[in-house]
Amino acid sequence: MTTTTASSAKEINQILGKIWNGVRRIPPVFPIFLLIFIILGFLNPKGYQTMNGIMTFFRPAAPLAVLAIGEMLVLAMGGFDLSIGAIVTMVVLASSKLLANDPEKALPAILIMIGIGILIGLINGLVVSFLKVPSFITTLGMMLLVRGATLYYIGGAPQGYLTDNWRQFGRNYIQDVPFFVKIPYALIVLLVLGLIFYILFHRTNYGKQVLAIGDNMRAAQLSGVRVKLIRVVTHILCSVLAVLGGILVGGYGGVNVTIGEGMEMQAIAACVIGGVLLGGGKGNVINVAFGAFTLQAIVNLLNQLGLPKPYTDVIQGSIIIFVVAYSALSSQRKR
Amino acid sequence: MTTITTTDNKLKRLARSVRIPPVYIFLVVVFLVGGILDQILSDGQIFTNPLILLNIIVRSVALGIVAVGQTLVIIGASIDLSVAYTISITAIMSSYIMQGKTENVLTAIVGVLAIGIAIGLVNGLIVTKLKVNPFIATLGTSLIIKGIINASFSNYTGSVPKSFEFFGYGMVGPIPVSIIILLLIVFIGWFLLSRTQFGAHLYGVGGNVEVARLSGVRTDRVLIGAHIFCSMTAVISGLFLVSQMRAGAPWVGPNGIFDLNSIATTVIGGTALSGGKGGVWGTLAGVLIFGILDTTFNQLGVNPYLKSVFQGVIIVLAVASYTIRSKKDAA
Amino acid sequence: MTDKQEIIQEESNVKPLLEVRCITKKFPGVQALDDVSLQFYSGEVHAVVGENGAGKSTLMKILAGAYTPDSGDILLDGVKVSFSHPSEAQHKGISIIYQEFNLLPERTVAYNIFLGREPTKAGVIDIRKMNRDAKEVLKEIGIDKIISPTAVVSSLSVAEQQLVEIAKAISFKSQVLIMDEPTAALTYTEVNLLDNLIKRLKTRGMAIIFISHRLIEVFAIAEKITVLKDGKLVGTVMTKDVNPEQLVQMMVGRELDHYFPPLGQPEDFGEVVLSVRGASNQLIHDISFDLRKGEVLGVAGLQGSGRTELAQALFGVEPFKTGTLTINGKTSKFRQPYFAIKNRIGFVTEDRKSEGIFSRQPIRDNMLLTIRSIRNMFGLIHKDGTLRDRKIVPTLGNQLDIRTSSYDRDVQFLSGGNQQKVVLAKWLASNAKIFIFDEPTRGIDVESKASIHDMIRGLAKQGTAILMISSELPEVIGMSDRILVMADRTLMGELPAKASEEEIMLMATGHKKIGNSAETSAVGKE
Repeated sequence: MTTTTASSAKEINQILGKIWNGVRRIPPVFPIFLLIFIILGFLNPKGYQTMNGIMTFFRPAAPLAVLAIGEMLVLAMGGFDLSIGAIVTMVVLASSKLLANDPEKALPAILIMIGIGILIGLINGLVVSFLKVPSFITTLGMMLLVRGATLYYIGGAPQGYLTDNWRQFGRNYIQDVPFFVKIPYALIVLLVLGLIFYILFHRTNYGKQVLAIGDNMRAAQLSGVRVKLIRVVTHILCSVLAVLGGILVGGYGGVNVTIGEGMEMQAIAACVIGGVLLGGGKGNVINVAFGAFTLQAIVNLLNQLGLPKPYTDVIQGSIIIFVVAYSALSSQRKR
Repeated sequence: MTTITTTDNKLKRLARSVRIPPVYIFLVVVFLVGGILDQILSDGQIFTNPLILLNIIVRSVALGIVAVGQTLVIIGASIDLSVAYTISITAIMSSYIMQGKTENVLTAIVGVLAIGIAIGLVNGLIVTKLKVNPFIATLGTSLIIKGIINASFSNYTGSVPKSFEFFGYGMVGPIPVSIIILLLIVFIGWFLLSRTQFGAHLYGVGGNVEVARLSGVRTDRVLIGAHIFCSMTAVISGLFLVSQMRAGAPWVGPNGIFDLNSIATTVIGGTALSGGKGGVWGTLAGVLIFGILDTTFNQLGVNPYLKSVFQGVIIVLAVASYTIRSKKDAA
Repeated sequence: MTDKQEIIQEESNVKPLLEVRCITKKFPGVQALDDVSLQFYSGEVHAVVGENGAGKSTLMKILAGAYTPDSGDILLDGVKVSFSHPSEAQHKGISIIYQEFNLLPERTVAYNIFLGREPTKAGVIDIRKMNRDAKEVLKEIGIDKIISPTAVVSSLSVAEQQLVEIAKAISFKSQVLIMDEPTAALTYTEVNLLDNLIKRLKTRGMAIIFISHRLIEVFAIAEKITVLKDGKLVGTVMTKDVNPEQLVQMMVGRELDHYFPPLGQPEDFGEVVLSVRGASNQLIHDISFDLRKGEVLGVAGLQGSGRTELAQALFGVEPFKTGTLTINGKTSKFRQPYFAIKNRIGFVTEDRKSEGIFSRQPIRDNMLLTIRSIRNMFGLIHKDGTLRDRKIVPTLGNQLDIRTSSYDRDVQFLSGGNQQKVVLAKWLASNAKIFIFDEPTRGIDVESKASIHDMIRGLAKQGTAILMISSELPEVIGMSDRILVMADRTLMGELPAKASEEEIMLMATGHKKIGNSAETSAVGKE
């Protein structure tokens, strides 16, 4: 009798232990996001407990997630890409000049931007691979170059407008969708890109090689990984995602010269909140996307609280430090 | 016979002890190319007008001071992205406290130095005790300082008294005060690195934390010290800028891109981002390269946006001149 | 000074300088040390031997203050001591030299020796005094002529760096010096230098504790040998009272009659699969040899003779610049390892931890990387294995007996031995037909060595061609069907199976010092 209760108690303990272990393995980004979103819903039930409100939330959140996914690829490989903010600036400003208020030119403009994005990524990758300049410095130089060239091209001040068909990706919604009410194009773009990059990163030979390089470059090379090739491809993918992210940003934001400023740091912050290890070797597309959502949710939360905008920086900064400290200290304890 | 070899050895030893960083060759090349272009395309003042030379250095002062601090932090295998906003908060707070009155100058300086120490301490503690990657830690504190500034100030605030402008514009004989201060800070940085235990330990921490720890070095303290020093240089840089601008504004630091520029000049100067290697003299050369570029472009009347393009290219090329021969691949 | 030394010498005959009593240390799941008691006397070289996991390193780390024992006492000069940090042990006169290098490569010798206790004058480092003191320390161990205090460490050879480490240890005025495999990275002549140094330190009254896997060395240097097994003390013997066979028996607890698997038979050997003719690059020159299917071709040579460089050239790490490399009858040029792996060549490197392990990746992904890196870059994969073969990971895991609860765990959480197995699994997965093993058993205990030797021979029996590089002559002789000998960065010649150690050493020293050969063979003999 007593033995059976003891054993069943033990069983329960075991089950609880398993659940606890499972709970512990949930990346901190999900509970944090959930918590902030619940508070938001509490403060503004209309804005964050209705589908309409949630979908509105995703419109500005999606572009950052796209940028963060690209940045994640480079970070997971052990590098940095500081040029993506400048690429966003370039996409918005150069497109507005290229378009010259002519909706017919939207597609060519986008294609040209993607082409330039590929070129930027190619140069970044080649310089890191062959001149062996650390990516931090390479992409810092690229940031100055892209920003300078863009402002030179437009003559220092925004030229023209972005046409509505160019802006639709970042701005419009699919209306009257059952259950979801409306879905922003940006979210669909994110879902498509997210799926593609989830498969690419987690379910192809390429993704595993990126992680291998980030973990141990020498061992990766000796295991047959073509380090230079993978590096170049990764920088290209990151730059192309920056271009696509820039198109979404341009959709809801205005045309101004500072539009992409600091976005590289935002993207890196989103990655880190999403559990990416600076130095390489770890990364997850979904967690990183939620890292970006978390950053956006913090902005909205502080707006909701009526705090002046600057406080978002304070809170964001604190949360970034807190999340990284939490995972650093907890992984240390595991050892 | 033996005497010859000993003098030979002495010469060799002297050459080794001076150890001119290779970046100075790059500095001379940039200077000559800039000067020649100026000679051909413009009025050739770079070679002929000593005031321009002086001006090159004066333009480099603000960046140079904070780059010295950045160099120490990077030698310790850390990094500080918060220097730009530390400069801003210094500029604002000092001019806010001074309110144009000479009697407030001392209070203001003590006040902003205290802020600097606090920022450095917090950075250092987050990096060493909470084990947060320094890039993220200082990005975080940078955001926090930015938020605090923008929440409280949005435009020029207060003003500095005439007496304080001596810092930015004064001359001692033919030499601007600002240059003396820059050289003083570089000297202090050099002295700390090569003549104190703190410096020797900092190289140890940056080179291999575990080795330093096993040798009895208190690694955390050393790195915290480096962060405090770095924030203090940012404060001095901020004081210098506000004395030139006559009033503090929140955009001083970020507009000068002091965070990334100080890192770039440090790396151009031969300090490895991975730590344990480098020094302030190389950094000074890196800063002067930036100054020469700036002056040359001004002389040639190059479009300011193209300047940024060239600057980006030259940063990469300068660093590549070291790395291209290295056997190790970069990440 | 001399009086004092004599006193030390006299006392040393009576009471031990350092003593451990009933030391016990437990790690999760492992009894690392179980009731071990030992005495170390001054003026004596005391070797500690045993298989991997016998508890040698744990014991040394306890002595050096890196670990604290669960129970038991440490007595220094008869006084009970306890250390909470390695620097405490160091200041009490116990220094340790670890296997991995513990120097700052970008700093000078003097700065390294005095790191953490630089001499200062009014807060300023007295660089002159520091260099002078460093010179003094270097002189004490007789290397001041070779190494300057102001030399930057990265400009020194590996052996010189090792000597600097010893100088650093000495500078603490240590009474006890612990060396964990100090000769692992040294060449033959450098080992001699170290031997002389140890003798000199001995006469100064130091107690030297010495860990090594190379029994030859142990017999050459140590007066006393302690054997540990599974954390327990097997016994301490005087070197002169035992022979190597007896010692090995103490270590493994069994006779070593089937130490090596039988060599290949003529019918096992097939056609030539790899052939090199007149090949050179910037590191090695004039390489010509053939490798046949089913054979184990040994490569012997001293450290620095170009053995590893040969492997790297064949594998495309530092490709040959001139000459021809023919694989399966096809002239090949591998610009990087990718092409070598595509041609089904495998390379198990010497330093498996830093050149083989992806510590933050799951075991699964570690094992599958050689397959994935040569497949279509954007080809889809299955999480468990390859799209075609989902059983590959568990199959190899069972075959190599990798002990883990799940293949999804990161490799960093595995024990060192299991990590080694993961690296081997990665190469077996690549399904290579030509294998290069560089020091396949370095730092591995006797028992695991045998299983690796069996595995290599097993691969050869299945028709794989094997090039095996080793600095342990018994291994080369015991395993190889033919033996290539390298010296001065080129191939000196080829010897048949079962060549003697003398023949190999003669060739490996470049035929030059025939007068030395007697000495060489005396040391080389087990």
